[in-house]
Amino acid sequence: MDRPIRVLVAKPGLDGHDRGAKVIARALRDAGMEVIYTGLRQTPEQIVNAAIQEDVDCVAISILSGAHNTLLPKVVALLKQENAEDILVVGGGVIPDEDIPFLKESGISEVFTPGTPTEVTINYIREHVK
Amino acid sequence: MTLEERLINGDRRAVARMITLVENNDHDAFEILKKLYHRSGNAYVIGITGPPGAGKSTLTDKLVKHIRTLGKTVGVIAVDPTSPFTGGAILGDRVRMSDISMDPGVFIRSMGARGHLGGISQGTSAAIKVLDIYGCDYIFVETVGVGQSEIDIVKNCDTTLMVMVPGLGDDIQAIKAGVMEIGDVFAINKSDRDGAKRTAREINAMLDFSSKDWRPPVEMVIATENQGVDKLFEQVEVHRQYLEETGNFQQRRFDNTKNELIEMVKHKIVGQLMDESYKQEIVNELSDRVAKRMLDPYTAIDTLYDKVIKQES
Ligand SMILES: Nc1nc2c(ncn2[C@@H]2O[C@H](COP(=O)(O)OP(=O)(O)O)[C@@H](O)[C@H]2O)c(=O)[nH]1
Ligand SMILES: [Mg+2]
Repeated sequence: MDRPIRVLVAKPGLDGHDRGAKVIARALRDAGMEVIYTGLRQTPEQIVNAAIQEDVDCVAISILSGAHNTLLPKVVALLKQENAEDILVVGGGVIPDEDIPFLKESGISEVFTPGTPTEVTINYIREHVK
Repeated sequence: MTLEERLINGDRRAVARMITLVENNDHDAFEILKKLYHRSGNAYVIGITGPPGAGKSTLTDKLVKHIRTLGKTVGVIAVDPTSPFTGGAILGDRVRMSDISMDPGVFIRSMGARGHLGGISQGTSAAIKVLDIYGCDYIFVETVGVGQSEIDIVKNCDTTLMVMVPGLGDDIQAIKAGVMEIGDVFAINKSDRDGAKRTAREINAMLDFSSKDWRPPVEMVIATENQGVDKLFEQVEVHRQYLEETGNFQQRRFDNTKNELIEMVKHKIVGQLMDESYKQEIVNELSDRVAKRMLDPYTAIDTLYDKVIKQES
């Protein structure tokens, strides 16, 4: 079916700036996707609740605060609890390389570190949503 | 369990999926809606429109929060413009709805206008029905007021709430033609700003010229501070009472339904014009001949209608 991919762009954590999230939101929109933007300081519960109501294909989490090792797996776990593990979860932001294997084991499909061209993220989402 | 059963059982994922499917014109989803349509009609639908940035989402957040204290459940559909070039959209209304976003008695859904200029598509009308079947007592539909969409929203709701802001100045003159007739209740939001009283006066002055039975009330509110919101909702209820007591409620739903049926037929016929390649060839050939003045458009339309819609050879 020819329909736009829907992506929730979320920005959890306590740090108060969302430039990165906005850059990726715009890039996804320009790639023809419908981006649901939920603003700053979202808890994993809020992210998952919005993802369910909006019936998104993908949750893209932008994170700078360093709490990625708890917040990202929490989102995956809550999605699973809601029987929504078919939703693709990707992360982006300042995430040290050594943390990536753990995140992938926890169910984060891919992690995009700073400097990743937006096309890479766009293509990844296009190829991996169900 | 089937999607239909899950929907009846109030499964939120099923509600969300149904909205996606009707939005994408999925045939099976409309088969489900056919079966469940008789369960709809109980929700009271409030359209909320006005210029971009007027505070429609913020106000919806506060109105819904208030309605929740009355023990009623609420659905929110927030429509934002879709880029005509890419088909993509940024749907940001949830940012302003943080007071209600975690409330299990509230279901919020963002939609791209998808070619309907910020307005209401058949997908939106169908989504309203899904939330109605789901059992929401109230449904809010937020759209950006850009000409046509304001008119569209009226055709889908029971009460239209127009959100204005101070300092629109000459803009009021420009938009009044479209706006004044369709608002059932007016909110002057951002009344913490200069000129709110003046704007209220100007709008009141224009409304005094209205010849309709119902004289829309004008309320000054400050959505961000939750000021005047209860009073505003009271006015919505007064309008509802007016509709119900005068028989205008049934009339409005009849008018809306009739309009919707006609729109759906139009949509279907236009779809039929192009749904097979031989038809597209006929359309192209006729367009070519009309463009070259070998044929007049009026005869072409008759031919098109007979050959493609009535399918005479
Ligand atoms: N000063 C003031 N700002 C407001 C008020 N209501 C909303 N806003 C702000 O106006 C901006 C746009 O609000 P939003 O609800 O997104 O408007 P919408 O585009 O009409 O949905 C936001 O920054 C709000 O915080 C108000 O009553 N007073
Ligand atoms: Mg809005």
